[in-house]
Parts: sequence; structure tokens; C-alpha cells
Amino acid sequence: MTHNLILRVISKSLIPPIIIFALYVQFHGDFGPGGGFQAGVILSAALILYALVFGLDAAEKVIPQTVLRFLASLGVLIYAGVGVVTMFLGGNYLEYSVLAGTQVAGQHLGILLVELGVGITVFAVMLLIFFAFADRGRS
Amino acid sequence: MIDVFINITLLAFLAITAVAIVRLTNIFAIIMLFGIFSFMSAALFMVMDAVDVAFTEAAVGAGISTVLMIATLALTKNQNEKQPAGHRPWLPLAVVMVTGAAMVYGTLDIPAFGDPEAPAQTHVAPYYLERSVAETGVPNVVTSVLASYRGFDTLGEVVVVFTACIAVLLLIGGKRPKTKLDDRGRKDNDT
Repeated sequence: MTHNLILRVISKSLIPPIIIFALYVQFHGDFGPGGGFQAGVILSAALILYALVFGLDAAEKVIPQTVLRFLASLGVLIYAGVGVVTMFLGGNYLEYSVLAGTQVAGQHLGILLVELGVGITVFAVMLLIFFAFADRGRS
Repeated sequence: MIDVFINITLLAFLAITAVAIVRLTNIFAIIMLFGIFSFMSAALFMVMDAVDVAFTEAAVGAGISTVLMIATLALTKNQNEKQPAGHRPWLPLAVVMVTGAAMVYGTLDIPAFGDPEAPAQTHVAPYYLERSVAETGVPNVVTSVLASYRGFDTLGEVVVVFTACIAVLLLIGGKRPKTKLDDRGRKDNDT
């Protein structure tokens, strides 16, 4: 598909808005619809579109698989780590209220961090699975 | 009124797509119809105000899983599956009819959509709806339930996604080894 001009031009103009939308869904998830899972999937969809149109090698230059493996574990670590931090701060596991001065601020911070972890893991996992399938087909 | 019309249209298209999927034999076309099916399900969730679910369905169901299924198809390279000879549809048809009838019978007991007296709405849902903003400062109750009230569940889900990724990478991840067995396998595919 690397020679298809229309696809290349259209996806070049589509990918940046998709990425912005993913970030919006990620960080606006507490006010509007969305959250970490949706944001991670949308962000990985942007990169899968890039990989489909411009080739796997170009996509791997954007984000290598070793980085993705690191990110997939990092997301889970952030989520579980927030729980451990709240325990060290004197609360229960994943009791965000102790993270900041007031309960509401703590909950807000905790939800933001946890959703970030979800987003990073889902994004990396979706891309890794896509790469695993696509790599197989590459001769 | 317009909601009912949209719902009927979408459900009719869902049924048409399902019938088309059953009747087609070209796997590539079936995968594309799966994508369309997911996208219309997402539209249906949208009409039912389940925007978060609609998001996920559109991105995962219509987007990524379609891409993965096409990638799998490209790996297997057998687009037209032939129907086995002596295929008798009556027994499967009977099983499907009985199961379908049982499910329709089951829906008779389900409370109407959006019924405020439904068990799901009277258990913990009122607590979340009343206290979410005061306790977490998050207006989107879906997010506060997922990330805070049910934080353990979501942690489990993330670990499930992560585990699935590890399993896929263990099974088909990494570069394909260039061994003799691999060459033979490729030769078999060519003939």
C-alpha cells in the first residue's frame, strides 16, 4: 500500500487529529466520556493506520517494539504503584484520598494517574499484538 | 420518537448484516461485514447513551479487531473455505432455534430499558450517582466508578490485557526463525 497516493495524503492529515483526540479522551475522561482504555485504543489505532499505509518499518521507527514492551509493563506498574504509594501514605491499597491534602484532590490525582497507567498499557498492548501478527506476514 | 426510528433502523441493519455474514463464503468479505456489524453496534450504544461503551466498540470492535482478523487471513491465505460435503443444516438449525427461543423467553423477565426500579439501578448505583461528585470531584460517574470505587476490578482488567499481550507474544511474537522446517512449510503453502 506504500504507493497509494490518496491513502497517504488522507492518512497524513487524519493521524494528527486522531492522536489529539486520543489525548483529549485520556485527560478529559473525568469530565466527558472516555478514559484510559478508550484513549489507549484510539492512540494505537492512529499508529496502526500509520503502519498500514506507510509500512511496518516506518511505524517501528516511530516507536520500536522494545519501547512498547517497556510501556506495556510500565502502565501496570503505574496502576499498581499508585496503590502501593497510598499504602505507604497510610491508606488502604488504591485509597486515593490520602494522595493529596483533601479527599477530592487526592481522588482526582489518583484517578488521573490510574487512567494514565491504563492508557499506556492498552496502547502498548494493542500495538504489540498488531506487530506480532503483522511481523508474521512479512516475508 | 426519532430514537425509536433510529433503533429500529440500526437493529434491522444488524440483522441484515448477520444474515449476510451467514450466507457469504468469502472470508475477506465476512471480516469487513464484522467491522460494519461492530460499527452499527457502536451506533446503537450511542443511541442508548452508553458513550463509553460505544467508544470502545468502535475502536476495538470495528477498528483493531478487523485489522487483526485481516492480518490473520493474510497469514493463512485460504480465502474461500469450501463447505464440507454432506452438510446437513437441520440439526444445527434446531439447536439454534431452541437456544434462540430460550433467550427470547429469558428477555421477558428483564426489566425494561432504563427502568428506574430495575435491580441494577437500585443496588449501589444511587450511591455512586449521589456521592461521586462530592467524594471524588469527578462529574463522569463512569470514570469515578471504574477508577475509584471499582479500582480493584480495573486493576484486574489491566493485568488481564497485559497477560493477554504476553501470551500473544509468546505464541507468535518475535521474528520468524529461518530454519529448515520453515522453508518446508512455505513450500507446502506454495503448491
